[in-house]
Amino acid sequence: MNNPYLPYPVRIESIVTETEDRNLRTIKLLFLNPEDEEKFKYIPGQFAELSVAGLGEIPIGIASSPTEKGFLKFTVNKVGKVSSHIHNMQPGDIMGVRGPLGNWYPWDLLEGKNIVIIGGGFAFTTLRSSIVYMLDPRNRSRFGEISVVYGARFPGLLLFKEELAAWEQRDDIKMHITVDSTDDPNWKYNVGFVPAVTKQKAPDSENSYAIICGPPIMIKFTLPVLTELGFPPERIISSLEMRMKCGIGICGRCNLGTEYVCKDGPVFTLEQLSRLPNEY
Amino acid sequence: MREVYITKEKFPDVVGKLMNQHRVFGPVFQGQYHEFAELKASDEIDLTYQNTRLSPKGLFHPHSERMFQFSLAKGDPEAGIVKEAPKDYSSRLILGMRPCDAMAFRLDDVNFDTTTIKDPWWTRRRATTAIVGLGCNQPCRSCFCTSVGTGPFDPSGLDALLTDVGDGFILQAITEKGQELLDGISDGGPVPAAATEKATQLRKSAEAQFVTQFDPKALAEKDMLELFNASFWDEVQFSCINCGTCTFLCPTCWCFDIQDEVCEDQGDRIRIWDSCMFPLFTVHGSGHNPRSQKLQRVRQRFMHKLKYYQDKYHDGVACVGCGRCVKYCPVNIDIREVARLMTATCVCPA
Repeated sequence: MNNPYLPYPVRIESIVTETEDRNLRTIKLLFLNPEDEEKFKYIPGQFAELSVAGLGEIPIGIASSPTEKGFLKFTVNKVGKVSSHIHNMQPGDIMGVRGPLGNWYPWDLLEGKNIVIIGGGFAFTTLRSSIVYMLDPRNRSRFGEISVVYGARFPGLLLFKEELAAWEQRDDIKMHITVDSTDDPNWKYNVGFVPAVTKQKAPDSENSYAIICGPPIMIKFTLPVLTELGFPPERIISSLEMRMKCGIGICGRCNLGTEYVCKDGPVFTLEQLSRLPNEY
Repeated sequence: MREVYITKEKFPDVVGKLMNQHRVFGPVFQGQYHEFAELKASDEIDLTYQNTRLSPKGLFHPHSERMFQFSLAKGDPEAGIVKEAPKDYSSRLILGMRPCDAMAFRLDDVNFDTTTIKDPWWTRRRATTAIVGLGCNQPCRSCFCTSVGTGPFDPSGLDALLTDVGDGFILQAITEKGQELLDGISDGGPVPAAATEKATQLRKSAEAQFVTQFDPKALAEKDMLELFNASFWDEVQFSCINCGTCTFLCPTCWCFDIQDEVCEDQGDRIRIWDSCMFPLFTVHGSGHNPRSQKLQRVRQRFMHKLKYYQDKYHDGVACVGCGRCVKYCPVNIDIREVARLMTATCVCPA
């Protein structure tokens, strides 16, 4: 029997600082045992527990896509004991990964649909995974029009800048990058808050799904816009954050009504959330 | 299934022989209270007890348990790799557990032992342990097992059941495991007709002492969000001091924390009971806390036990009516009262 609490040992291959404030770093991890990579079969939207022996574990969304083989990527915001330690680790260091955990975005339902991805701040990680997954040549034809609204407070806080630039060049994805404000005269994208940009740029809600991830304030003001655009609650998909420990629906910590956010979520439709206590 | 009669005179011998074959646990008087402990001598077990202060959940889900171990030693090629810790899974026998507490393990099983995910430590301990219950001749005043679908002689969570009939015990096998246990006991005799009659009387009189406190089915029919938003939580939470005694003593409170502990260059990943009564239970790394208010935490405990669990598993409430939380709450919050508030249908004039 596999012990679901036991992390797979991994080695840090590289650490990249993503943002100007240096609070977000992306770590690329390689499995020490190749057979563990076989067992770690994930789908965009899932998360994993990153484990540092001596400090503990943190639940983090998987930023890499299963179409990218041989490694895992996580973008970690520096907030507590474990995440701060990970920021200070070096390539070659050993840590652990446990997962994949939780539900993924409902790719079966999304097939044949137009998809608008709305992200803000550092919640863009599983959205990055999803975009890479959908743009993969084997997958692109499964989906309709793909639009992305991605906002940060200022340009220096945008994640995955090189990839954003590459996606901007493609004709099979419509990118709407925005910042709250900037004094950069060469800034060539949008300026404005995510809800306003969504209102201007989101595709017709007919045959469309919205996936939205970001800070609560962004979600709060974007949901009415989506409703106004005609997206019904069952076609608005979000992912919840919660303090977690086990990640497998046993330790009880992330309980929300009848659900465990780790196991029954973290992906929920707005329709599902409307039937749960508003305690997240 | 077979049953035998064991006189009280012979009972310590029976326990002694069982101790040669298994690790035997039973209620032992320690300090001011009874507690489940591994027996060191056959006469340590005290079956005159009413119930232990702490529930026996620690026998399957210890208060603190080493999950894994690791080395952080410089130069150790395995440093930083988390590994399984050795554990003793030799055969165990728990003697004299109250039927309600044994039933609690079945309610907890749905959490620890699911079709997709199995907690390895819980499931192995469940598989290697036999539980011999002790029927309740004299329920305590805070008990309400019959209101939550179990009872003072309910065999559902047991492998065998002991009934104290005065001069001796009737030991009845309930499961195969219990039958095997009985087959190994040579000191028992056939059950005298008078003893069987006495046992029936005792059961009837025990059951007659209960009044129905509330109806779990009525809770199932209530709308979850309506209960969540009800105004009575303000009243319920008023005196609570969030001490966590209720969750600590409760046999169906399983929530735990996972922490790493390091001493010099060796460390353990351990799990420790935790409680939804504590603000730190839900606080995010960012500082955001979805249950920062006492009311939210008090409501979470009752809603989880009486409503969420029931709506999730459709098999009654996550409470066996042992009454510990009622008895030991320092401010007299009574789950039976709360359940009545939750099931009340009266409409108060505005």
